Amino acid sequence: MAETLLQLEDLRTQFFTGRGVVRAVDGVTLHVDAGETLGVVGESGCGKTITALSILRLVPEPGRIVSGRIIFRGQDVTKMDDDEIRQFRGNDVAMIFQDPMTSMNPVTKVGFQIEEAMTAHERFTERLAKGRVIELLKKVRVPAAESRVKDYPHQFSGGMRQRAMIAMGLSNEPALLIADEPTTALDVTVQAQIIQLMKQLNRELGTAMMLITHNMALVASLCQRVVVMYAGRIVEEGPVDQIFRSPQHPYTWSLLRSVPRVDEARKDRLVSIRGLPPDLLNPPPGCKFHPRCPFVVDRCKIEEPPLGEVAAEQLARCWVLMRNVKDEDVAAAKSSALSLDAAKKLKAPAGGDAGR
Amino acid sequence: MQAAEKTPGTAIKADPVLLRVQNVYKYFPLQGFGSGGLSVRAVDGVDLEIRRGEALGLVGESGCGKSTLARLITALLPVTAGSIIFDGQDITKLRGAKLRRMRRKMQMIFQDPFASLDPRMTVGDILMEPLDNFKIGSGRERTQRVQELLRLVGLNPNFNNRYPHEFSGGQRQRIGIARALAVNPSFIVCDEAVSALDVSIAAQIINLLQDLQREFNLTYLFIAHDLAVVRHLSDRVAVMYLGKVVETAGRNDIYDNSQHPYTKALLSSIPVPDPEVERQRAPILLKGEIPSPVNPPSGCRFHPRCPIARAPGICSEVEPPLEPHGAVDQEAACHFAGQA
Repeated sequence: MAETLLQLEDLRTQFFTGRGVVRAVDGVTLHVDAGETLGVVGESGCGKTITALSILRLVPEPGRIVSGRIIFRGQDVTKMDDDEIRQFRGNDVAMIFQDPMTSMNPVTKVGFQIEEAMTAHERFTERLAKGRVIELLKKVRVPAAESRVKDYPHQFSGGMRQRAMIAMGLSNEPALLIADEPTTALDVTVQAQIIQLMKQLNRELGTAMMLITHNMALVASLCQRVVVMYAGRIVEEGPVDQIFRSPQHPYTWSLLRSVPRVDEARKDRLVSIRGLPPDLLNPPPGCKFHPRCPFVVDRCKIEEPPLGEVAAEQLARCWVLMRNVKDEDVAAAKSSALSLDAAKKLKAPAGGDAGR
Repeated sequence: MQAAEKTPGTAIKADPVLLRVQNVYKYFPLQGFGSGGLSVRAVDGVDLEIRRGEALGLVGESGCGKSTLARLITALLPVTAGSIIFDGQDITKLRGAKLRRMRRKMQMIFQDPFASLDPRMTVGDILMEPLDNFKIGSGRERTQRVQELLRLVGLNPNFNNRYPHEFSGGQRQRIGIARALAVNPSFIVCDEAVSALDVSIAAQIINLLQDLQREFNLTYLFIAHDLAVVRHLSDRVAVMYLGKVVETAGRNDIYDNSQHPYTKALLSSIPVPDPEVERQRAPILLKGEIPSPVNPPSGCRFHPRCPIARAPGICSEVEPPLEPHGAVDQEAACHFAGQA
């Protein structure tokens, strides 16, 4: 059993807006083991990024962690003072972001920015840090690292910038790297290079990784375990193989069937999840997913299901569970939503013509 | 491929090809000091055919020229050279009223549903505008048509008094689709129409586009960088690299039997939502990134990144033409097609 590196216990992060309280992270309990890669998936607004920012205590105003514990190697992050949190960030847990252009300083050289990330902490002396920059850039496979340390961020391409960001994140040898949509802004062939790099680094350095993404394929490629979030809550969690083979929450099931696969010929319509994600100012009662769920039963509308064990190491928050859904109901979930009646009326030739 | 049924009002023609792009170039001259008469060669000699009733997927990475090509095809940008024959007429030569009439047949759906709707117009006005422009129907018929359009794309017809900011991204994209359909076009260009949307919402829009194509016999040019979406939506696929088409084929041939090493690498780069497959899969990693379209490499422009290139040699000296290779209806521009 690997050491538990990070443990979130009933974490709640809320935003106090003029219109009311938004429960962005609403009772999240999860753990990351040393050396493992955990995927956190969900759509925009599900709370995945705020969970990550909460871990580093970087939640933007008017947000606040209101309750729960964040235990990193036995220490509660929520109780750290300013000095402790400064040492914790970067040294123990580092984060890389989606857009490498906006997360770098455009007026200082890339090499200096990486060096600065090290000298801000006490682990490396200034001289040692200077020497490590090139080594780090080589580690993330930046070609001609010796000369590129003197470049500015705009002289780097998107893929190279993301490599430099990863080098910066790894510069203090953190035990956990949080990557928030690290490849979303990149082209496919460059994305493949970065995925490969992250896999290699995880293997070589043993750095644990928390990958935050909306892309299930990326999770399949990079992660060992996955947590699925919806409306600020975890709705399903488990080993990647298990979740992809046998998802039990209808939301996970729909997410997996709503994206076409590049390695398969078109067979079926995509499963589309009807409606919109809930307004977190005014979430629905009962299960948060019930207004969009194709397999909803009465109980879902009143009582929220707990996150219960459904198989070995697999948890799901659902009263129904996919294994109890009938085949014909699954087929109905894929049917056409087009208003055929409206289509017929529109096809009738409309009088008049262009330019007349 | 289904034979396109004619909608009333369009002339019956035997030609199965709706759109022919013939040797089209688009250069954007660089501005400013030291640019020395150089140009960005966004589209650099493209030939392409789109058949009636089919969905052609156009894929490639950023900067490959796919969006520029879309704007040339819809006559939103003038070509530098070449011709674009739509329904028997060269649209690069059309001006004024004739061009306007042609535009009624081709519509575009844009990537960003936030930027492509006027925030000061109500949804009703947005959908009414094309009907007014082309003087379609009487005032009452137009109002009714707007309501039917909203229903068609799955929105409440009573929403016509609302403004774009009151809608979510997916709903706005539906409005964009309704606007494109308002004038009964035969051809729709979708430029990254789902890439800005969340997964569950993207699936709704993909299904809607498929249903609409079937219902209205639409011809699509579907531009995207997401090859999985393209495989799902297209009948044929064209791959672009640095201003050129490097391969075209049927949607399954291009994936199962790709002939060009760039197509192979591009496809192998995409992760699959299946951990078991992912453990077996070894992506072909290309060296470096796309070179500048200002000064593309000599010979085959893919040769500096190509895993099978003979350079220096034929690949760095001779530009390969787009020729039949592999399956029926498949073409590739590579000296060593099928050998990667």
